[in-house]
Amino acid sequence: MSLDDLYRRVIMDHYQRPRNRGRIEDGAVTVDLNNPTCGDSISLQMRVEDGVIQDAKFLGEGCSISLASASMMTEAVIGLSPEKGLELVDLFSRLMQGEEVDMEQFPLEDIEALTGVAKFPARIKCATLAWKALEKGLKEKH
Amino acid sequence: MNGLKRDFPILQQEVNGHPLVYLDSAATSQKPLQVIQALEEYYRGYNSNVHRGVHTLGSKATDAYEGAREKVRRFVNARSIKEIVFTRGTTTALNMVAASYAKPRLQAGDEIILTPAEHHSNLIPWQQVAKATGATLKYFPLAADGTLEMGKVKEMITPQTKIVAMQHVSNVLGTVHPIKEIAQLVHAQGGVIVIDGAQSAPHLKVDVRELDVDFFAFSGHKMCGPTGIGVLYGKEELLEQMEPIEFGGEMIDYVDLYDATWKELPWKFEGGTPIIAGAIGLGAAIDYLEAIGLDKIEEHDRKLASYAVERLSQIEGLTIFGPREGRLGVVTFNLGDVHPHDVATVLDAEGIAVRAGHHCCQPLMRQLQVTATARASFYLYNDEADIDLLVKGLQKTKEYFGHVIR
Repeated sequence: MSLDDLYRRVIMDHYQRPRNRGRIEDGAVTVDLNNPTCGDSISLQMRVEDGVIQDAKFLGEGCSISLASASMMTEAVIGLSPEKGLELVDLFSRLMQGEEVDMEQFPLEDIEALTGVAKFPARIKCATLAWKALEKGLKEKH
Repeated sequence: MNGLKRDFPILQQEVNGHPLVYLDSAATSQKPLQVIQALEEYYRGYNSNVHRGVHTLGSKATDAYEGAREKVRRFVNARSIKEIVFTRGTTTALNMVAASYAKPRLQAGDEIILTPAEHHSNLIPWQQVAKATGATLKYFPLAADGTLEMGKVKEMITPQTKIVAMQHVSNVLGTVHPIKEIAQLVHAQGGVIVIDGAQSAPHLKVDVRELDVDFFAFSGHKMCGPTGIGVLYGKEELLEQMEPIEFGGEMIDYVDLYDATWKELPWKFEGGTPIIAGAIGLGAAIDYLEAIGLDKIEEHDRKLASYAVERLSQIEGLTIFGPREGRLGVVTFNLGDVHPHDVATVLDAEGIAVRAGHHCCQPLMRQLQVTATARASFYLYNDEADIDLLVKGLQKTKEYFGHVIR
């Protein structure tokens, strides 16, 4: 177990310069989720039109892993159908459980950097929080 | 206090290639061999139910279980074993007071006063009582360093104050509150004081008669005992007035098809097969702590906390929460903008176990204007070398996350 497996350069890049951080002006679905065991929180907004996730933005408090994962997730799902988004939620969850998954299915290469999180059981919940918010939003509202 | 580490088998291991430095005793303490052996002896030698069997093992188990109650009585200096109820832990004990003492007695217009630094286990039960009875929840204000402003405390305690429920020692800030003084103020107005002693009983000599508190709750697992055992101390005249919370075997006197009567104190509060092994383990833990001396333990844990404050405050960019002086066993901090989870992960890679998160004190975190903090907590088996390793680990964390520290 090496720290560098966890804190890959690309993770720190998303942590320090999060993509899609902010609010969507109107027509958005909002999902607020907390991780009650550690105090992390995310407020995810999505605008879905014509069967496509047109936009996704988030605000949140959390560690490097949770914020980097949220940044990558929003980047990955914009432009996808809600169905494809839910497929990625499942794929990401399997990735975090240490399963071998087809990384080609993720439309964003950076997500590969989160693979190392599976080796740090205490941190898996940090990485999955944003994806759980995505799942909730896509399942409940569409 | 030298050499105590040897009594704790768990501390003799390496974690992630480094000797384990366990700095999370406020969450749960480690167990000395003496406690582990007491549990093993019970399960190997005389495991049996209590208060019913005529057979030899049953009497042996009953003697050990009730012997542990006597040890607890002595440990907190209660008048009688009638005042010592075994529970699952501090949370259960505090919930019992809220549900069985407060809920049937409070009404609209009555006030319950807490501090904003309460652990969720001494906060949510009172929120529930307030909702059910219409009583009002109030909070003693905390100064910026987390200490109580006694002037305000005096002002706020009035004849409307039916309950003051508060921690003896803060699990986040390590502050030790002047319980004896507050108990006098509460009693002068006819109220009742309920103390969460989860963070004090392990570290200092508790004397419930000297403090003159009405209820005092604590957990075995934070004071070298097993998990799943705790204690509710209550003044006999108050416990006497309270109805049991759990009904069933072991707590009854006479049962017919339509009604039943209860056993006398303390057993009316111990429905079902009690936590026999847990109580015996707690008894062994008390023997262990008393052989060292609670005075010595308190002195040690205070010294370690002030040594930690001194060393940690030399780290640039590190913020310490709580008072600079007079803290017991706990130092809570943040390292610049590095999230406490990340701090805890880097320290863990060095074999150092600290807690990161809200420490079951979400309202206090909001008052400190943070979402989470890192916490190092110390106990009798820790020494200055552990803190030196923590400081080294934090310097490494700083290097690792150098670019995010502001």
